[in-house]
Amino acid sequence: MSALAVSQLTKTYKGGLQALKGIDLSVEEGDFFALLGPNGAGKSTFIGIISSLVNKTAGRVSVFGHDLDRDPERVKSCIGLVPQEFNFNLFLPVVEVVLNQAGYYGIPRREAKIRAERYLRQLDLWDRRLTPMRQLSGGLKRRLMIARALVHQPRLLILDEPTAGVDIEIRRSMWTFLRELNAAGTTIILTTHYLEEAESLCRNIAIIDHGEIAQRSSITDLLKTLHTETFVLNLKGKVSELPELGGFVLQHLDDCTLEVEMNHDHTINGLFDALSRNGIEVISLRNKQNRLERLFLDLVGRHVAEAGDRA
Amino acid sequence: MIWHTWYRYWITYQTILGKEILRFSRIWVQTILPSVITTMLYFVIFGRLIGDRIGSMNGFAYLDFIVPGLILMGVITNSYSNVVSSFYSSKFSRYIEELLISPAPNWIILAGYVSGGVARGLVVGGAVMLVAMVFTDIQIHSFAVMLLICLMTATLFSLGGFINAIYANSFDDISIIPTFVLTPLTYLGGVFYTMDLLPGFWQTLSLANPVLYMVNAFRYGVLGVSDIPIGFAFSMILVCIIVLTAISLTLLRHGVGIKT
Repeated sequence: MSALAVSQLTKTYKGGLQALKGIDLSVEEGDFFALLGPNGAGKSTFIGIISSLVNKTAGRVSVFGHDLDRDPERVKSCIGLVPQEFNFNLFLPVVEVVLNQAGYYGIPRREAKIRAERYLRQLDLWDRRLTPMRQLSGGLKRRLMIARALVHQPRLLILDEPTAGVDIEIRRSMWTFLRELNAAGTTIILTTHYLEEAESLCRNIAIIDHGEIAQRSSITDLLKTLHTETFVLNLKGKVSELPELGGFVLQHLDDCTLEVEMNHDHTINGLFDALSRNGIEVISLRNKQNRLERLFLDLVGRHVAEAGDRA
Repeated sequence: MIWHTWYRYWITYQTILGKEILRFSRIWVQTILPSVITTMLYFVIFGRLIGDRIGSMNGFAYLDFIVPGLILMGVITNSYSNVVSSFYSSKFSRYIEELLISPAPNWIILAGYVSGGVARGLVVGGAVMLVAMVFTDIQIHSFAVMLLICLMTATLFSLGGFINAIYANSFDDISIIPTFVLTPLTYLGGVFYTMDLLPGFWQTLSLANPVLYMVNAFRYGVLGVSDIPIGFAFSMILVCIIVLTAISLTLLRHGVGIKT
C-alpha cells in the first residue's frame, strides 16, 4: 500500500511562479524516503501541500488511501510534520507545546500526558519539560518538533530538514531515533541538504528540481550509476613525480597527498598494488566527495541543461 | 464512530479554549486590570464629579444610567482584542500551523478562538460589574437578558477580531480597527446618552450603529429601559453574528491570510 501517492500535483503562486509542475510520486508504506533538491526546487511547497499548509492548484494527494480533498481530517490524522522553520509559541513551556498538539488531534489529556512523557524522555527533553520554549537551544527545539509531531502517533512522518543547524552529536542521536521509528513501522519522508544523511538513512530517493521530479529510484540503484569515483590518498613519504598507472588518473594535491580518479572497472586493491610497485606507501584514503552528493550535482546540473534545451 | 468524532472535536475545542484562557490569565495585569481601572475612572469622573451636575437620564441617576454601557464597553474591547491579538500572534510566530496540520475542522478552530474572546469579555464584564456595585446600588432588572446580551456581544466582537486578525499583516493592522472603528462606534453607541438627545438626522444615523442595539438591550437587562425594542435588538445582534460567522468560515476554508 502507498503511504503517499500524488498525481499531477501542481502549484502556481500568486504572481505566476510555478513551484510544482505536475508531480507524480508514490512512497510505499514502511519506506524511509529522501526528497532532495536544491533551494527553491519545490520541496517545501510539496510538503506544505501534503500537510495542508499550502493550497494546491491542481492534482491529487492520497495518504494511506485517503484522498486529501474528500477526507482531509483522516489524511491529517495520518501525518506528523516536522517543519523546516521553528513554529512554536515561545512563551509556552516545553511540555505544554506537546500537550496542546495532542489536544488538537483530539487525544484525551490523560493519554496525552503519558505520550508526552514517553516522547520527551526518548528525545532527552523530559528534564526540560517546564522550560519556556524561548530558552531552548536550536538543537533542542529541533528535537521538540519531532516529539510534537509524534504525539498523535502518525503513520507517516514528514521531516523537512530536521537536522539543519544541529551539532553532530545531536544529529547522530536523531538518526538513531529515526531509524528505530522507521523499524517500528512508521513511514518517513525526509528532506535534507546533508546528502550523507540521506545516504545513511533512506532506502529510496526522489530528486526534485524546478518543480519536477528529476530522478526517482532506490539509493542503491542510484549509486550504481556512478561510473567513476575520486579518492584522496595521504602518503607516507613525499612523491615528486607521478607514475603512469593504467586505469587510474593521478593528480598532486601536495607532496604528500594524491588525488586518484578511478572507474568501476578497477578496484582499490588494484590501485594499492600499482602504487606499491612504484614505491608509494599510503597511510589513509577518503572519498573526495560524498557519492550521493556527486550524483545529486550531476542530476541537478543535467536537469537544468535539459530544461534550458526545452526552453 | 460518530460519538468518537464528536468526542475528538470536544477535546480539540477544550484545548484551544483552555490555551486562550491560560494566555489572558497569565498576563492579567495587561488583559484584565486596565479595563477595570479605566472603568473605575469613568465612574469617578462621569459618575460622581460630572454626573451629579447632569442629573437624571431616562429616570435614573446619570451614574446608574452609564453603568450598563461601561460594562459592555469592557466586554466589547476585550473580546475583540483577545481574539485579534492571539490569532494574529499565532500567525506571526507561525504556531497557527500546529492547528492547520491537525484534523481540527475550521468551525472548531473558530469556536475555540471566539470562546476565548467571550471568556475574557465575560471576566472583564464581571470585574467591571463588581466595581459598579461599589459605586452604585443597582438592582438587576433581568439577569437572563443581561447575560444573553453580554454573551452575544462578546461573540460578535470576537468574530470581528478574528476577521481582523486573518487580514492583518502587521501588528499595526490589529490596532487600526479598534482605534478608528471600534472606539467611535462604542462612544457613539449610546453609552453616555439616550438617543432622544440627538437631533433627528443623527438619531437616524445612529440606528446603523450595531453597538447602539447592544448597549440598549444590555441596559434593558440591567435597568429595564431601552431606546430600542428589545426583540429587534436581539435580532440585529443575531443577524450580525450569523453574517460574521459565515465570513470567518469562508475565509478559513480558503486559507485567506493563513495559507499560501
